[in-house]
Amino acid sequence: MLSYIVKRVLGMIPAILIISFITFVVIQLPPGDFVTSVQAQVAASGGGMDAATVEALRARYGLDQPMIVQYWRWIRGFPKGDFGFSLEWNAPVWDVIAERMGWTLLLSGLALVFMWVVSIPIGIYSARNQYSLGDNLFSFLGFLGLSIPDFMLALIWLVFGTLVLGIPAYGLFSPEMVDAPWSMAKFLDLLKHLWAPVVIMGVIGTAELIRIMRGSMLEVLNQQYITTARAKGLPERTVINKYAVRMAINPLISVLGMQVPKMISSSIIVGLVLSIPTIGPVFLRSLISQDMYLAGSILLFTSVLLLISNLLADLALAWVDPRIRYE
Amino acid sequence: MCVACCIIDDHEKGETRMTGDNTILEVKNLTKHFPIYRGFLRRIVGNVQALNDVSFSVAKNETLGIVGESGCGKTTLIRVMMRAYEPTSGEMLFNQNGEMINIYSLNKRELKELRRHMQIIFQDPLSSLNPRKTVLEIIGEPLLIHGVARGQELKSRVSELLDMVGLSVKHLERYPNAFSGGQRQRIAIARALALQPQIVLCDEPVSALDVSIQAQIVNLLQDLQKELGLTYLFISHDLSVVEHISNRVAVMYLGSFVELAPSAELYRNPKHPYTEALLSATPIIDPDARRKRIILPGELPDPSNPPSGCKFHTRCNYAEEVCRTTVPAWEEVSPGHWTSCHLAKTLSLRGVLK
Amino acid sequence: MMSGMKHYKETADYINKMYNRQSQLDESLADQMRESEKIADATSQWRLMWRKFKRNRIAVVGGIVVLLFYLVALFGDFIAPYTLEQRMTRYSYLPPQRVYFFAGGRFQPHVYALETGRDPITLQRTYVPNPDKRIPIRFFVEGAPYKLFGLIPARRHLFGVEEGIISLFGTDGQGRDMFSRIIKGSQISLTIGLVGVALSLLIGAVLGVASGYYGGWVDNVVQRLIEIVRSFPPIPLWMALTAALPQHWSPLLIYFTITVILSLIGWTWLARQLRGKVLALREEDFIMAARLAGASDRWIIFKHLIPATFSHIIVISTLSMPSMILAESSLSFLGLGLRPPLTSWGVLLQQAQNTQVLLLYPWLMLPGVFVALSILAFNFMGDGLRDAADPYTV
Ligand SMILES: Nc1ncnc2c1ncn2[C@@H]1O[C@H](COP(=O)(O)OP(=O)(O)O)[C@@H](O)[C@H]1O
Ligand code: SF4
Ligand SMILES: [Mg+2]
Repeated sequence: MLSYIVKRVLGMIPAILIISFITFVVIQLPPGDFVTSVQAQVAASGGGMDAATVEALRARYGLDQPMIVQYWRWIRGFPKGDFGFSLEWNAPVWDVIAERMGWTLLLSGLALVFMWVVSIPIGIYSARNQYSLGDNLFSFLGFLGLSIPDFMLALIWLVFGTLVLGIPAYGLFSPEMVDAPWSMAKFLDLLKHLWAPVVIMGVIGTAELIRIMRGSMLEVLNQQYITTARAKGLPERTVINKYAVRMAINPLISVLGMQVPKMISSSIIVGLVLSIPTIGPVFLRSLISQDMYLAGSILLFTSVLLLISNLLADLALAWVDPRIRYE
Repeated sequence: MCVACCIIDDHEKGETRMTGDNTILEVKNLTKHFPIYRGFLRRIVGNVQALNDVSFSVAKNETLGIVGESGCGKTTLIRVMMRAYEPTSGEMLFNQNGEMINIYSLNKRELKELRRHMQIIFQDPLSSLNPRKTVLEIIGEPLLIHGVARGQELKSRVSELLDMVGLSVKHLERYPNAFSGGQRQRIAIARALALQPQIVLCDEPVSALDVSIQAQIVNLLQDLQKELGLTYLFISHDLSVVEHISNRVAVMYLGSFVELAPSAELYRNPKHPYTEALLSATPIIDPDARRKRIILPGELPDPSNPPSGCKFHTRCNYAEEVCRTTVPAWEEVSPGHWTSCHLAKTLSLRGVLK
Repeated sequence: MMSGMKHYKETADYINKMYNRQSQLDESLADQMRESEKIADATSQWRLMWRKFKRNRIAVVGGIVVLLFYLVALFGDFIAPYTLEQRMTRYSYLPPQRVYFFAGGRFQPHVYALETGRDPITLQRTYVPNPDKRIPIRFFVEGAPYKLFGLIPARRHLFGVEEGIISLFGTDGQGRDMFSRIIKGSQISLTIGLVGVALSLLIGAVLGVASGYYGGWVDNVVQRLIEIVRSFPPIPLWMALTAALPQHWSPLLIYFTITVILSLIGWTWLARQLRGKVLALREEDFIMAARLAGASDRWIIFKHLIPATFSHIIVISTLSMPSMILAESSLSFLGLGLRPPLTSWGVLLQQAQNTQVLLLYPWLMLPGVFVALSILAFNFMGDGLRDAADPYTV
């Protein structure tokens, strides 16, 4: 097991190299660079920059170097935790995004928990009461959840929460709490703001998971050993909880890896709509201003997160399902 | 009985016969190993020895039966013979107008030409007919591919073929799902015959069918053989079916031939312990003898790691020391009767007909 | 020996007889079975699929809605009372108007005339409907000129008013009618999905089928390619790619580049699905039969593999429409996708990005409702198609 983990982690290194290179190419795609976009800004506000200043700026940021050199400058810092310098924020990339990564992970993690907590019981219920009113209702709601885009849900919540419920449905804290030091009151305030984005992010995934759980549960319930367990006179609760659910949950774990990129995508969009400091707003801005190390690092981090979550999902699956061998 | 005798007579003429006009094909030391890949880099970690050093020849107009347990390499043999798989080594000569040509040396175009003369019938008529095509399209496909007929002519050719296999023109536009298993196999036979082949390789053509329907199809194949002068290679895991149709029968075990003899001879006077065991388990109506079924000990060995010496020694009731170390030679123990067993001359084995 | 042989012959004859008797029985049995299977006779795959699809009520509804959406998009310029850029500056941020259908017990659709004023405190415009002044809704009225299907010049609109304004979904800050703009937006939102899916299909089908059929290094290369594309979460990658589009590109170029970017990720799913399908098909004996009959790779791919995967291609395409529509509207909403003058639902939603504006004029959110509706309809339809697609389990 341990050697398997080590092997998988080592295997991620070439993957990260390839991903980081593609990331860099993609981020370099737009014509011009950060200095061009600064120039445009200055020009827009009526100013101008002379050619010498422009060249000096380029030289200072190393933007005049060939792409491969710039790429090398970027990745050589990775082992030291140095992901380059944000030109727009005038600060190391890591300093700019560390806290936002934190919020992103927190929201995504909570959304995943929400999805599981909601979808497993509903999936079990639906499978045990196939074609009942409740089952049909849930599957209809599931379709609905699957079809409403997350930004739309966020917009609806924004309008509904503010106009109908009269609570500020955006941000992570109430305005008076933003700068306050951490306290119980601030924590509660955070919770009040946090649940809505978590639910919004979780809706689409929940709909998917209910489907999977229902299908897998139905399959398991039809299997021989369940019948055997029942025939042995075990109480129905034990049969369901101890045997059926344990088996039925495996497909859920195997799609865990696929849920994570969706959560990241969703956290970006929901963050933008509800003004929550996920990496979304920074990422969007860095893309527009061509702040390439910042944009590149964010894109890279999201991909690495995906790699890690796939690994974790595989490990979890191997852990719960002894039939899977480590090859 | 007579056919069997003729074949024996042929054999008595000796080796020269092999290149004579009467041989339609000859397989020499045919071997097929499937590599086993493992791991990220797809390294080859072993070989499934599906077919090992198989040699035999088939005479025109005869039916050579091949029996063996599932997994012993029967399908692989047929597919290598059809060159659906390239062999690992060995050759197969095919008699084309009196000239024996090695099919593994043919190029694409020549191979396509050869396939007009050699056709195949599959085991599972469900899988061998495309469910999305009509009977006309299915049977007409080889004719279209080879540019033999098209349009109205194609239709009439296919109708003739349908008639030949006992189906009717009104079935032309139907899809396979409208037919029973036996009828589907008839369609498959019609397709195999479309190009007027000389030899048809039948890969367990009746195994997937109901016992009752099996006989119809076997009879049909026999009638067609008489009518069209076909040669068959007839594969089955069921000795009683093979016995019914074959002039000669070969027994396969773990990728190799262990015995080959005219059918009556093989059933009456087996020379290989594996054949004896197979026969003892065959439900042939035999009112005289109360036969005792021979239970083979152990399991079928893994074809990627076959036993040393005689491959059968792990399960053979007569095995001796020599069997573990030395591979028995493929020898002719009596005219036309070939086997590979160290004790072939000394053992007295039970057949089913005495 | 002879007696043994004789015995053997007898036994063989006996078996033969049994066989024959049995075979006659069997033949009649088969005939009976065929009788009962009459319905299945001469039924092509498509008819079976259609029959099964029809039984799924909610999928049919989904299909009808999809059809309706496309019809409205096709005749959009005629159905919309105003053109895309028609500004009625007197009526900026007008809330959706209520339509009354009866006047004095008679069917006479109308809206009330509006008294405009200004809120003394917030300085926003206010609109007060005047119940005494009804403006009748006229059908096939003359209005702003447009080109039907982008070709035929016309002035008639399905409905409109002769004075004042009719704005079912309200107007935006420049007094443009949201109803008309949503209808026009559907033309782009719904076609960008189609074009995107078509492109993904092209890439995905070619690579997926090739990968499954040829296996070996082709498969290896395609699979690695898919893995690399899939190692990026889609939205961030799309954002980075669309952000790279130069500002000065023509709208048409932008439109097509966006579809290319969308299909850059979309094809991987399709290719995986098709590869799996082809891998399963490749093992079918009928493929081997065709090959042994002398068929070339081309023959097998075009006569067997593609037709056999066709129903799946349709299902997969339908099911990937929602993600295309969603991706386009998400990107445009963020300001990274299409840009005005190209107007999709996502572009229309950009106005809703500003929280303060949205809270004052929540109807600006309406384009999103249509995004959701179209996705829902496609999901229902695709689900029904998927269930219907496998009349034979090949
Ligand atoms: N394409 C293949 N790749 C790897 N192994 C194969 C392949 N085809 C057959 N084998 C192996 O070769 C052996 C013989 O198989 P087969 O010829 O199908 O036997 P039979 O037809 O007698 O049942 C089996 O062990 C089987 O697993
Ligand atoms: S050679 Fe030996 S082991 Fe093999 S069949 Fe003959 S007696 Fe049995
Ligand atoms: Mg076989």
